[in-house]
Amino acid sequence: MTTPVADPTVAPSSALSGGSTGRGDRVFFALTGASGIALVLTIVAIGAFLVVQAVPALRDDTTSFLTTKAFLPEADRPTFGIAVLVSGTVITSLIAMVLAVPVALGVAIFVTQYAPRRLAGLLGGIVDLLAAVPSVVYGLWGIAYLDRHLQSVNSGLNSALGWFPLFGDTGGRYGRSVLLASLVLAIMVLPIIAALSREVLLQVSPSLREAALALGATRWEAIRTAVLPPSWPGITSAIMLGLGRALGETIAVALVLGTSSQITTKILGSGGNTIAANIAQKFSEYAQGGRGALIATGLVLFVITFAVNALARLIVVRSARRRLG
Amino acid sequence: MAKRITATDVAAYYGGFKAIDGVSLTIEPKSVTALIGPSGCGKSTFLRTLNRMHEVIPGARVEGKVLLDSEDLYGVGVDAVAVRRTIGMVFQRPNPFPTMSIYDNVAAGLKLNGIKGKQTLDEAVERSLRGANLWNEVKDRLSKPGAGLSGGQQQRLCIARAIAVEPQVLLMDEPCSALDPISTLAIEDLMTDLKDRFTIVIVTHNMQQAARVSDRTGFFSLEATGEPGRLIEIDDTSTIFSNPSEKRTEDYITGRFG
Repeated sequence: MTTPVADPTVAPSSALSGGSTGRGDRVFFALTGASGIALVLTIVAIGAFLVVQAVPALRDDTTSFLTTKAFLPEADRPTFGIAVLVSGTVITSLIAMVLAVPVALGVAIFVTQYAPRRLAGLLGGIVDLLAAVPSVVYGLWGIAYLDRHLQSVNSGLNSALGWFPLFGDTGGRYGRSVLLASLVLAIMVLPIIAALSREVLLQVSPSLREAALALGATRWEAIRTAVLPPSWPGITSAIMLGLGRALGETIAVALVLGTSSQITTKILGSGGNTIAANIAQKFSEYAQGGRGALIATGLVLFVITFAVNALARLIVVRSARRRLG
Repeated sequence: MAKRITATDVAAYYGGFKAIDGVSLTIEPKSVTALIGPSGCGKSTFLRTLNRMHEVIPGARVEGKVLLDSEDLYGVGVDAVAVRRTIGMVFQRPNPFPTMSIYDNVAAGLKLNGIKGKQTLDEAVERSLRGANLWNEVKDRLSKPGAGLSGGQQQRLCIARAIAVEPQVLLMDEPCSALDPISTLAIEDLMTDLKDRFTIVIVTHNMQQAARVSDRTGFFSLEATGEPGRLIEIDDTSTIFSNPSEKRTEDYITGRFG
């Protein structure tokens, strides 16, 4: 019997050539690739829309956009500055994060590391549920319930700790304060950060925790040594999503924040407004020019969110690099 | 340094399920004791009762006595954390801390024990890495991530991490099951070196490995699925592999079952 010799001019047999498996791969690649490209295009399109709409309005502005406090785009001489709006947005979100992040991380760590299995399941479910509650509900609760109860707390804080720069000097108005808006935002983003952080912590292999325990780590030491370090990038993302939600929150803030035209660091009284809430409140009453001004503020919010996210990414990458040389 | 372990009538549970029952044995200091047996016979579970790692799993508990020399590890007032500092463990899969450098991985246990000072740590890291036969391969890249090493190197890194805290006993739970033959050989050689300083207990699926590295071998088995695993016999390794007193041991080591 002669051994068949492969003829180089003949195509390889069908069993080994590409055929249908290759086609499936190509289709899947095209579908997933298209999704990715669509996402990028959408963001670029939104950015382009904001710029195109904002530029004519900005041209009509008679003052300095970034530093002026007054936002009066419908006046005879349109003046609109975003200083108050930006400071209101940033201050309410920052306070919200300061209040929410420690509690959210505490919840996530407790649920994943300490709680007995049944309690963990129950708590996890509640956190997920809270994360899904629409923000208007939190806003309604804030204005209908928290507002009333916070007034006495605020006036108490004011008289007891009035010397503290953030408190004091509220002109006697304690109700719909910056603190109330921050609290509502904090309660709103807390379950989001907690739910996402929990997922991140669950991804850490139990073998790492065991490795630390076997070295004689206490539970907390094992969490600190083995569980948290690989989780930081994910937790940072969770915090950023929460911050993004707080920065952009519209209806809850519009309901609970007493607006003013001043930049304030006094969080017990009414103060400023946020970009998102301002857009919601004014958009329907403004004509073309005013709307352009509102869109310009939207562009600023877009840029702030982008910058914050980029900064967070940078910190994560930097710290990973520093750690690993 | 090395101490003797005496287990008396140890039983271990996962919730309502009894995984091992009535295990009594003595592990001699400065020797390698291998625990062999079919899958699910409870040898790994028993190993984890020796440094109180079993109870880390929710719902898991242990009955019986485990003496380290004369101190009962399950006695009243004994701290499981302190037990684990005294009895180290190496796991089935290499599990270096992924965000830490090689150096920090080895120093992790020392730092947990509150040991500070660059020179002290430097010396301990070098000593442990030399002890784990890894120093020459990594001395120029101590600041690189431990996760960048090969599987066999990672496992030796884990051994270095475990011996850095100078434990009395080193428990190894199938330390070579995820490794290639050459890495396996490196770890087996290492065990022979380490037994001059430590009491070593190794769980292995590989009978040749037990025969190669251990002084004494314990054979675990179970009557049927769902029944608790038991220690069938423990003896000098040469006796177990040439002339075991139990027929079940002979059946297992000659490949008639398991």
